Amino acid sequence: MTISEPKALEEILGTLAGQNKVFLVGCSDCATVVQVGGEEQLKQMAAKLAENGKTVTGMLVAEPGCHLLGLRKEFRAHRQEIDSADAMLIMSCGTGAQTAAQASEKPVHSGTNTLFLGCVERFGQFKEYCSACGDCTLEQTGYICSVTRCSKGLQNGPCGGTTPEGKCEINPETDCGWLLIYNKLKDQGKVEALRSFTAPKEALVHPGQRTLSREGKEE
Amino acid sequence: MSLRPVLQSDTFIVTSEVGPPKGVNMEHLLEEAKLLKPLVHGVNVTDIQAAAMRVGSMATCHPIKDLSCEPVLQMVCRDRNRLALQSDLLSAWILGIENVLCLTGDHPTLGDHKGAKPVYDLDSVQLLKVAKGLNEGHDMMGNELEGKPDFCLGAVVTPGGNPVEMQIMKLEKKVEAGAEFIQTQAIYDVNEFGEFMQKVSHITVPILAGIVLLKSAGMARYMNKNVAGVFVPEELIKRMAAAGEADKTAKAEGKKGGNQVAVSIEIAAELIRGFKPLCRGVHLMPLGWGHHVPKVLQAAGL
Repeated sequence: MTISEPKALEEILGTLAGQNKVFLVGCSDCATVVQVGGEEQLKQMAAKLAENGKTVTGMLVAEPGCHLLGLRKEFRAHRQEIDSADAMLIMSCGTGAQTAAQASEKPVHSGTNTLFLGCVERFGQFKEYCSACGDCTLEQTGYICSVTRCSKGLQNGPCGGTTPEGKCEINPETDCGWLLIYNKLKDQGKVEALRSFTAPKEALVHPGQRTLSREGKEE
Repeated sequence: MSLRPVLQSDTFIVTSEVGPPKGVNMEHLLEEAKLLKPLVHGVNVTDIQAAAMRVGSMATCHPIKDLSCEPVLQMVCRDRNRLALQSDLLSAWILGIENVLCLTGDHPTLGDHKGAKPVYDLDSVQLLKVAKGLNEGHDMMGNELEGKPDFCLGAVVTPGGNPVEMQIMKLEKKVEAGAEFIQTQAIYDVNEFGEFMQKVSHITVPILAGIVLLKSAGMARYMNKNVAGVFVPEELIKRMAAAGEADKTAKAEGKKGGNQVAVSIEIAAELIRGFKPLCRGVHLMPLGWGHHVPKVLQAAGL
């Protein structure tokens, strides 16, 4: 799940300066669950824009907003509303905003900040678990990610900053990831695995935009 | 001459630490280094300590070396990727730096540029292994070096870490990776340190017990609250508090104080005497009180 939060209204209005007719785009997947770009949030945004003198020409909860061909099709179905707008305001994630910018010639603005890949812990509560590093070592760390859960992303054990309460010294709210890993492996009788050296990760470095082609791949 | 001969001797090893200034006035630091030179085997130079931007460790080691004082370059993983870490190690060798202490480095959010991008491309264990590889004549990709360094490599451990077993596991990895000496985080309890030393009796490289000079009761309480793995016992805090009160009274009467300094020196000397039978040496972290180190060592009988 891509976790995003709305930008401040002032910032959004700033990006829309001089563009009075706006088409709103949300997303039926992550942005709906995260309550940033679902139908409800689009309606609320439309009301706020109206209060600030803007005209909302229409809105679309894309299914989903990060599917380029699908979005082009959905935009065609809303051609009139989009054509009559000066700009589109995308209320999903960074990928959604850029997909929309490719799917339409209309100027695009993002109404959110994209934060992390997360898990929905319960309604409205999200936590980061995976950094998409491209070199998964969860098998060695008891399915607690050292890249994400250790504030420094350390690979060979903790620094000296574990507090007596088991938190990370940089933030009393944040668990020490290595303590979680250590305790989990201890419970599983696998703590000896931590004695082996972990080599530096290579795949954290990616040459620009990462791509994946599954075409022709055997399942 | 690196620290290696003294590590291999029977001598009780003493190292201390200086922190580069924020700004380019090196006068005070070099005075401190001159004072320490006849008393210690090596002087650590911190690397953007506490993530507060300042003069670099490598540049500071150079004039210290010119004073014939033996610098220990501290190198943290926070600010440089693997290219810069290796390149800086080779550069340090060219400048005559022969000792390197490899550390993780405090997180930027604890420092004065909280928005700085943390690097941690390598961790401290990986950095030690890479530095050892340079000593062996190759970079971390296996490419051969034209002329190789011969660093004496050091590492750190937090004896008060929670749980200590996790710290010891990492310590074992550091020694395996190439650490030739260990300096510990500050400790204030001789008995607890004795227990720690029993748990690491299989570690054969010299361990130097870390001592941060207490400046006041407030500082001790601050460390207890904010510095993970450091614990100042209440008894020592009370002694510092009483000395602080005495200084206040003296000041009110227009007299010279100096009680806190005296008690701080006394405590550090007691700790050194307590640690001496337990380990191979001590590492003093005076945090700006370098001018008191001679008195500490004198009081400790070193």
